[in-house]
This record gives sequence, C-alpha cells and structure tokens, in this order.
Amino acid sequence: MQTDNLELKKLVYLYLMNYAKSQPDMAIMAVNTFVKDCEDPNPLIRALAVRTMGCIRVDKITEYLCEPLRKCLKDEDPYVRKTAAVCVAKLHDINAQLVEDQGFLDTLKDLISDSNPMVVANAVAALSEIAESHPSSNLLDLNPQSINKLLTALNECTEWGQIFILDCLASYMPKDDREAQSICERVTPRLSHANSAVVLSAVKVLMKFMEMLSKDLDYYGTLLKKLAPPLVTLLSAEPELQYVALRNINLIVQKRPEILKHEMKVFFVKYNDPIYVKLEKLDIMIRLASQANIAQVLAELKEYATEVDVDFVRKAVRAIGRCAIKVEQSAERCVSTLLDLIQTKVNYVVQEAIVVIKDIFRKYPNKYESVIATLCENLDSLDEPEARAAMIWIVGEYAERIDNADELLESFLEGFHDESTQVQLQLLTAIVKLFLKKPTETQELVQQVLSLATQDSDNPDLRDRGYIYWRLLSTDPVAAKEVVLAEKPLISEETDLIEPTLLDELICYIGTLASVYHKPPSAFVEGSRGVVHKSLPPRTGSSESAESPEAAPTGAPPGEQPAVIPAQGDLLGDLLNLDLGPPVTGPPLTAAPVQMGAVDLLGGGLDSLMGDEAEGMGGTNFAAPPAGTMPANLGAPIGGGLGDLFDLTSGVGSLSGSYVAPKAVWLPAMKAKGLEISGTFTRQVGSISMDLLLTNKALQVMSDFAIQFNRNSFGLAPAAPLQVHAPLSPNQTVEISLPLNTVGSVMKMDPLNNLQVAVKNNIDVFYFSTLYPLHILFVEDGKMERQMFLATWKDIPNENEAQFQIKDCPLNAEAVSSKLQASNIFTIAKRNVEGQDMLYQSLKLTNSIWVLAELRVQPGNPNLTVRLLAAPPRSLAHSLAHSLAHTHTDTHTPTHTHTHTHTHTHTREGRLQHQEEEILCSKSPCPLEGPRRHPRPPSPASSRAGAAVGA
Amino acid sequence: MIHSLFLINSSGDIFLEKHWKSVVSRSVCDYFFEAQERATEAENVPPVIPTPHHYLLSVYRHKIFFVAVIQTEVPPLFVIEFLHRVVDTFQDYFGVCSELVIKDNVVVVYEVLEEMLDNGFPLATESNILKELIKPPTILRTVVNTITGSTNVGDQLPTGQLSVVPWRRTGVKYTNNEAYFDVIEEIDAIIDKSGSTITAEIQGVIDACVKLTGMPDLTLSFMNPRLLDDVSFHPCVRFKRWESERILSFIPPDGNFRLLSYHVSAQNLVAIPVYVKHNISFRDSSSLGRFEITVGPKQTMGKTIEGVIVTSQMPKGVLNMSLTPSQGTHTFDPVTKLLSWDVGKINPQKLPSLKGTMSLQAGASKPDENPTINLQFKIQQLAISGLKVNRLDMYGEKYKPFKGIKYMTKAGKFQVRT
Repeated sequence: MQTDNLELKKLVYLYLMNYAKSQPDMAIMAVNTFVKDCEDPNPLIRALAVRTMGCIRVDKITEYLCEPLRKCLKDEDPYVRKTAAVCVAKLHDINAQLVEDQGFLDTLKDLISDSNPMVVANAVAALSEIAESHPSSNLLDLNPQSINKLLTALNECTEWGQIFILDCLASYMPKDDREAQSICERVTPRLSHANSAVVLSAVKVLMKFMEMLSKDLDYYGTLLKKLAPPLVTLLSAEPELQYVALRNINLIVQKRPEILKHEMKVFFVKYNDPIYVKLEKLDIMIRLASQANIAQVLAELKEYATEVDVDFVRKAVRAIGRCAIKVEQSAERCVSTLLDLIQTKVNYVVQEAIVVIKDIFRKYPNKYESVIATLCENLDSLDEPEARAAMIWIVGEYAERIDNADELLESFLEGFHDESTQVQLQLLTAIVKLFLKKPTETQELVQQVLSLATQDSDNPDLRDRGYIYWRLLSTDPVAAKEVVLAEKPLISEETDLIEPTLLDELICYIGTLASVYHKPPSAFVEGSRGVVHKSLPPRTGSSESAESPEAAPTGAPPGEQPAVIPAQGDLLGDLLNLDLGPPVTGPPLTAAPVQMGAVDLLGGGLDSLMGDEAEGMGGTNFAAPPAGTMPANLGAPIGGGLGDLFDLTSGVGSLSGSYVAPKAVWLPAMKAKGLEISGTFTRQVGSISMDLLLTNKALQVMSDFAIQFNRNSFGLAPAAPLQVHAPLSPNQTVEISLPLNTVGSVMKMDPLNNLQVAVKNNIDVFYFSTLYPLHILFVEDGKMERQMFLATWKDIPNENEAQFQIKDCPLNAEAVSSKLQASNIFTIAKRNVEGQDMLYQSLKLTNSIWVLAELRVQPGNPNLTVRLLAAPPRSLAHSLAHSLAHTHTDTHTPTHTHTHTHTHTHTREGRLQHQEEEILCSKSPCPLEGPRRHPRPPSPASSRAGAAVGA
Repeated sequence: MIHSLFLINSSGDIFLEKHWKSVVSRSVCDYFFEAQERATEAENVPPVIPTPHHYLLSVYRHKIFFVAVIQTEVPPLFVIEFLHRVVDTFQDYFGVCSELVIKDNVVVVYEVLEEMLDNGFPLATESNILKELIKPPTILRTVVNTITGSTNVGDQLPTGQLSVVPWRRTGVKYTNNEAYFDVIEEIDAIIDKSGSTITAEIQGVIDACVKLTGMPDLTLSFMNPRLLDDVSFHPCVRFKRWESERILSFIPPDGNFRLLSYHVSAQNLVAIPVYVKHNISFRDSSSLGRFEITVGPKQTMGKTIEGVIVTSQMPKGVLNMSLTPSQGTHTFDPVTKLLSWDVGKINPQKLPSLKGTMSLQAGASKPDENPTINLQFKIQQLAISGLKVNRLDMYGEKYKPFKGIKYMTKAGKFQVRT
C-alpha cells in the first residue's frame, strides 16, 4: 500500500473497500497508510485516501478517520476539500453522533462560503443529504450573504453541483419581492442548461419565487415567457425524462396555465411514444383545452380513439367527455364525436363512450337526450360494470322518454345477483325512479327489485338503500318523489384537479419524487416523520391590494372549488344516487370524531397530526379547535361537577337552579362542513337537558337534523328527537333545549362522563364528544335521613373514600350549603369542631348511587377540605370496593375523585360486551334505523292503501 | 443519492450490479420484474417504480435496462440524466453498448462506475476526465495488457478535475489542429390523413469534434441567431456573451462533444421536405385490401432526399402483403406485422411507389385502427430551419486551425397518419 504507483494504490484501496467489512481486523492495519496518504504532497492522493477511507464502513476505521478528515476539510487544495465534504456525509451515514460530536457539521457549513464553486456545491449536497435524516436540525440556515455565495457558485460549478445548489435555493424564503426577483434573474440562465435536471430545478426555484412577484411587474411577464421553451424542450428528450417532465408540467399547468397555453401541439401523442408518456400527454391536453384550441384537440382525440392500445383508447374517449364538460361550446361536437365512435361498434370504445355520455347528461341536462336511442341500441354489448351502471342510470333518469324503459330494466333484473354492486345499486335506483315516473305499470318491477335488494342480498349498502327506498315509498310517495327525483347538482370538469394547498406544496417539490407521485413527501418517504412542510411564499410587494382581486382566477382559491358534487361519504347524496359522479378531491377527514384523545393530540401526537392533516385542512391551526371545544373539560373533567359549583366568582351559578356552565363549542364549523354546535348541560326541576346552539356557517341551507348519543356511563339519552323546526339558512343560529333522560344503554366510558354524540343533517353525519358535568345527574331526593347517613358513613370501606381540597372559596358554611342545595347536594348535619365548620352532605345519582361528603370550612381560610364517600347499592358493594382500589392512588387530584365508584355498577346483562357496536345504536327514533328492526317491511303498495306503517 | 445500479437484459437477468453505499439486495429488482411483466413491451416499463423501502429509476437503452436504486428523496431527473450519461460513457468507451461488450470489459466498467460516483454524488462524468483516469480499451492495449499484465488504469492524475475548466484536460497537443462542427436537425412531425401538418418541430444540435492544441478560446457566430430562442448549452459556453451578443464563446472540451442543442417550436413555420400519398383500404366483405404509397419531395431547397425508409405497423388482421416497389426493397414480417420499405434516394422525375394487396383473415371484420406510416430520410447540406454559421474565430493560441462546418437534416419522429 505504501507504493507510489497510483494504479496499484487504487486497486489496493478498491480491495480494501470491498473486504473491510468481512475482515475488520485486517482492515485496521491499513489505517496508518490512509493517515499517511492524507498528508501526501499530491492533492489527488490526499483526496483519494480520504475518499476511500469514507467508503470503509467499519466503526474502528471511522474513529481514525476523524483527524485526517478534519485536516482535509481545511486543505489548501479545493479538490481535497470538495472530496472531504462528501466524506462528511459518508461518515454521517455510518455514525451520525460522531460527526456531530466532532463538529464536522459546522466545518461543513463554513465550506458553503468557500471560494471554490465545486467545494460549495459538494458542501451543499452533503448538507442536504445530512439534513434529510435530521429534519429538525437547522443545517441549511440560509441568509442573504450565503445565498449570494450560492448564486455565484451556481455559475461555475458542475451540472450536478448546480442541481444541489438550486434545490437548496428553492428552500430559501426571500425577504421581499426585490430579493426574489434578483434571485430569479440569476437563476434564469440555468433554463438553458443541457442537463434536464438542472432545468427542472431552476424551474422549481422560479415557480416558487414567482409567487412573491407582483403580477404588474414587467419582469413577471418576461419570466412567464421564459419558462415555456425549456419545458417544451424537455419533451424532446428521452422518454424517461419526458415522463418525469410531464408529471411536473401537469402540476405547472394547474398552477399557472398561462405558461403553456400556446404550446398545445407539443403534447400531441406520437404513435410510438411509450404508454406512460401517452397517458400523461393526454392528461395535460385536457388541462390545456380551451375554446380556442378545442377543435384541434378533438380531432386529435378522435384519432387516438382508433389506436391499438386499449388503455390509451379508453383514456382518449374519456378525454373527449371531459372536454365536453370543460368547454361548453364544444359539447355538441364532443357528443357527435362520441356518437361516431359508438358507431364503430368497437366494444370497449362504446362502453367508455357511454360512461362519459352519462357525465355529459349530468352537466347539460335535457340537451342531448336525442342520442339515447343510439345508446340503447348498444345495450347488449355492454359487459363492464361501469358502462352497465352508466347505461342503467341513463335509462332510469330519462325513463319517461324511453318507451320501453321498463322492459330494458327488467332485462337487467334477470341476472341481478350476478351483477356487481355498482350495477345493482344503479338498477335499484333506476327502477325506483321509473316507478315514481310511471307508477301504474311498474309496481311489480319495483317490488321485485326491492325484495331482491333487501332480502336476497348480502351487501349492506344495497340492503340499506333498498330499505330506505322501501320506507320512503311506503310512508310518503310524494316525499319520495321529491327526494329521488330531486334536481341533481351539476358536475364540474375540474374534479381531478389537485387540491390547491397540496398543489402549492407540490410546486415546492418540482423535480422531486413527490412531483412524480403528486403526493407530498410525508405521504411516502420513509422515516420522514418530521418532514418540514414547504409552502409557497406569500406574495408581497406594494401592489398587493391592487392585485388581490385578480389573484383569484389563477390561484384557484378554495372558494372557487367546485362544491357541486357532494363528498362520497355524503349520506344524502348517496341516497340520491349521485355516487356515479367522479370522485371528489378534498380533505376527507372533516368529520373525524373528536375524542378525548384530543389531549394526546395536543401533546405527543401533535407532530403527526400536523404532518398529515394540517395541509389538508388548509392551515396549521387545525389543532386549535379541539382545545377550544372543551376548555373546562380538559382541565377538570370530573371535578367540573364540584369545582364548578364552587366557582362562585363567575356569578353564573345562581341560587335558583343548579349551576350551568357557559356554552362551549363542541363541534367547530370547520370539522362539520359548516355546522357549528355549542352547548351546555343543565338540570332544572328534575329534568336534565342539553342546551344546544346550532349555527350554520356554510353557504347552503341545512335541514333534517337528528341527534344520537352513544352508550355512556349513565345511560344518558335524548328524551325527544332533536327538533329544528325550520331549515337553518346560512349564518342563522338556532337555540334548542334537548330534554335528556337516563334510561339509555349503559357502557362505561373513559373518562366516566364522556359523551359521544352524532348529529346528522342533510349534508352529513358529524361526530363529536363532550364531557358533561356530573351534577346534572344529582337527583332531587338526594337527602338522606340522619340515621341512615350515620349508618352508611360507617359502612363505607376506606377504599371508597377520597379527600381533596377546593381552593379559593371564601364562603361561610351557610352560603356553601345553600349553594350546594341548589345543585341537589343536601346538608344533613353541621358540626363545629375546633372552630371549623363541618358540613355533612349527601347526594344521589340517577343510578341510585349515594355519595356522602364531609366538608370542612375554616373561617378565614378560603380553602375547603372535602371528604367523599361513595355508597353503592349493597349488592354491588364488593365489586365497587374492588374497583375503587386503584382510584385511591390519585385522590389528591380533584379531577379524579369519587368517580370510579360507578365503574362496574352497571353490568346489566353483559351490555359491556357490545362495545364495538356502531355509534348510532341507541333506541331513539332515527328515521333511517326503522326498517332494520322489521324483517319484513310492509310493501309500498299496501302502505299506499293506508295500511299501518312500521315504526 | 444513488445507492446502487443494476443492469438487466431484456430476458430479465441481472448481469451487473454496483453499489456505492451499503449493499442493496438483488431482490429489490423483483419489483422491477413485476412491472416489466405488466408492461407489454420493454419500452413501456414505467421509469419510476416505488417499492416499500427503495425507489427504482430506470432507463431502457440498447436493449438493456439500467436500474438505479435510491432510498431518499432525490430528483428523479438527476438520476435518469446520470443513467443516460453512464450509457453514453459506455458507448464512448466501447463503441457500442451491449450486454456482450459490457461483460467483456467488466473490469473497465467497474472502474468507470467507481470514478463516476462517490457515495452517490457524481464525481467525474466528463468523458475527457474519465478517459484520462481509465484508458478506453483498444485492441493494441488489450494485447499489450495481456502480455505485460498491466491494466487500463491511467498512471496520470486527472489534473483536469482541478482546473476551472474541468471539461478540458491540460497539455493537449496535436500536429493537425482541426475543429469540425456538424449542424444536425431532426424534424419531428405528425401529418394527418389529408397531408396537412398537425404539428412539426425541429430538434437541432451542433456536435463538435475539436482537436486543438493548448487552451484555445473559440467564438462561433450565426447569420440568423434569432432562430435560436430555445437553446441548451454545453457547460463550456459563456452564457453572458450569448445573452448580450448572441455569440457562442467557449473553451472547448477536447474531442467530441455536443456544443448546443436547440428547439425550433411548432409556432414557427417548419418546412416539410417530403410528402406521402397513401391509399390503404380494407373492405368489409372481401379478405383483400388495397395498399398504395407514393413518396415525393416538397420544400427541399433543391437538395436530394436520401436514405428514405418507410415503415408501418400493419393491423393484426393483416395476414400477408403482396407488394411491388418501383424502387428499393421491401419486407413484411407476418409475425410482428411490420412493413418496411427501404426506398433510397428520391428521384423527383420518377417518384418511388409501393403498390399491391393485403390479404386479411378470412371472415374477420375489417381492422379498427389505421396504420401509421413512419418515415426516415436524410438531406445533406441543408439545415431545414435555415440556421447558418457565420464564422468561427480562435483566440488564445497562435496556430491557424483547420475549420469545417457540415449541415444535415434528418427525420426524427416523422409520422403520417392514414
């Protein structure tokens, strides 16, 4: 190894690299030579030594590497420094802690201001790689000075170095629009680089910083013009490069369609393009389609529809439909093109055409129905579920214009059980529609399909829909007509657009894998828990206010989002058979139940929550609402019961009734599609009620409210349906008092007073959970007789006792006593012991559990001491004692006092076993629940005749 | 950064692997094979394939898949560009890039790959520098090596890596100093049934072969630089000069390199030098179809069209074709249904044509798709965009070099729909 022959040296090094792992002890003998070579007068040998050493992944060797590496990082020769910079990244990969301890990261940061551009580039590359495994560390802390250094280095380093530097620049946030512009100006020349990766990285920087430039600037326009040619050039490269470029262009045209609006032709498909390129080109063609170029696009699409590749042909046919929906003026031509294609009788073309024609009908109702006849001719050739479902939808929708609609649908019905669910659902709906339109002739048909769907099917969706129709038809055919034949919302063509916040994030990731998958890196990059979300910089500049109105059309703000298609999970939308509509993009997690896990969410789980959902929810304030939802509850879930009673400073707790907490927001509008619910619980003269404040913060009218409680510890349940008399129009608020009883199903909750509620309206079902104050459960006859009190007091074992203090309650014994009595806590006796007032009190819960208390009031001391004893029904005393054993440990925290007394008191008939049953399970009159309890609902015909209708 | 590289031949064998960091198991390629199986043709294998722990980025060239494995978020274009660079380097080293050649030169291949990446970072990708480090194999050297037992590793240090012009090695000496520039333009076009142009664009390149002593500084100017509004330069070109004066000023790499590539977009009118008249018809009733193609010149600026080859993928239903060409030779492969007609030169007085019948499967309905005609041709001494080099000057060295400029127009993806 100590040879001077470079060739031999290289070979020995190569050998070492490969075998060091298997024979680490032997490899260590070579260390000395490496160290020596690191001081060789020849810079290339120094570099080679440090490079090779980094490749030997043996811990012992890495220890010896540190000193030579430190020297090489400060070497006088740039070639050595540049190699050493990469070596730091290597070392970090092997032993990250070592690198940090040795301070190499700081040295690496210093190299960013090196005089040699190659060194700068490699330092940036190494830092970026290290930063990726250390998302939290602020390694690439950029400031205007270092940015300037990077920009200078950019012009002189190798093409690969330019990529690293540009990627690094893209993560910088300029102070103002001037700085952004000057960076853009210096990056623009990179658009002419021969290396496409450099070009795309430059495009990323420009797209991002452009966001900060005012649209009135001349420079803005110039930049837009400059962006088009390099993007087009990327498309003449090798197919693999084209593919990546096209995926990115797809993002760019969504963000700034003006860049490529004149370049439609370059996206025309060549017959020998690889299929992945063809499909991407087609996608972009549709995005660029406008009134100006639609004729050309249609001619092309028609051409593609005759190609060989089936996938491509299908997509081309679909594209024609999308053009029709997007460019209204072209709809007629599109329809006639589709008809031409149907005439070809090529099976898969016909099927695709029918699917898209259905969408066209949705967009332009009552316009192109003349083609139905042609479609019907091809009924028999349809063998794909989607096409069959589309055709059935058309037949059902236009049943009144198709003379033999009943025959057609009947023919489908014959093989009902062999159809896919999609077709079955459509068939069911279509026949119901037909029945509503032509009731006289089709009664048998509808009965047949309803019984097929409800009795012979295992599919719950189908069964439920069957029952819903059945009940709807049997109770009120007029209402059924209103519901089933209601005017359907129009569909829009932009349904496959990427959601704007995601798009903005993806723009920051142009040129990366994220841009190829159209997903944020957090969604797929391994170990990216702490990936920092990138976002476009806000627009700054003097003309901000002036240009904000025109910002709307380009940015596609949320307000412009097509809200016309209800989400897939939309209950009512589903009933109205809108599920054929294209899938809707958007945050799907709006109705996630707020559980007590919120505490966790706010704490440890916050990172993941923010990571995954904050983007979708459109801001980082996502975590805030749950906190505001239950302020009191989070702080003192149970103690709320007593703590609130003593909360005398607030003045709310009047003597006339039990304490009422102020209303808290339970369900923020953001999580419930615009419905905001706030409320509180009260107890007045023996009845519990839930006072609700419903506010409609959406733009549409809300109606059909219903409420359900999940099973809970005390069997709380609504005593009457939620009655909102008039539909709730936007920005309207209605106050409702919902009477509750305690005869519902019981299941122990954690925390004990947790209540999970489901609220339904015409838009969706929303879930939230809240904590109710326990004192609403204190019954009026909670006054125990003295003798009884004494006996019970003695009987209660020590385990059932808890003691705590209530702070800052400057009241005398009488005042306390009267206040508590208002909340059904009765004073049985009063003693004075050593100047302290002792109050003995009792209360009874709705489930007949007695709780006894001793309250010590010291004059002059604002703190009250409370001893609580829980007296269970005798039969359960044993198990209760057992359950209380562990509560004793935290008696000092008032939040957890006597509550566990109820833990096991209600194992009525093993109800606990049904814990995983669905949330809407109680016995209250949910309109959708009815039929399930009736194995054989009355037929619609009989009910129309006035027969009794099931509950 | 790039973790590993696998070379896979079209029958699905991994015949070479190289790891720059820790070793990634071969089994990662199973995901690639799956995708390969799904794609009907090799060309259709998607270039980016996600696997649970890695990402596979591949290019397909010379019937070999070059599959790079990455583990972190790396710009895919960076990887794909690099892979293409690897292929170019192999081609440069061995003349052709095929499985056989790679296997034969496996030592050089490993040496080259080792020099190209360090820990996944590109190290030396310029072919000049690489060739200094590792000498390309020649017959003479192979013979010498076998006799003397030496290898191809250069005994010089790559001094070029240290200089400010990394693309050029120092101390270059030639007895004949010459600089040749080839302006090559390719026409990509789609022509529709009726003969009108749907889209046409020109992809141009200027390839250079510069063998000059010392450190020459060249400038190249054009008669009509306005044409070049969408250009990509070799790193040696000084961009500022181009911006301000529209002059290419550069210190050239030694040997062959691509000085610039440019793109003349569809918006500028592109002259189409050739037309195709076709009549391909199937009849529903008969099992015979008619086939007739005539090729003729159009807007050629008086130059001859040479090397014309017409290919067309016929529909599956075509069993055989019986055709007579007026010139050249034709073949029809009944298995792949590929018709190929080597026309040669086009004589404007006597236009070449290919006529005859196609026999179709008896009883089958007529094919749904229309065959697309693919055209290849060459025109010497013409740059169809009209680009012309004005002059080439050399500074920095005393001698007088020999200079040459050549123009050529070729068909790129030139397709005629029927």
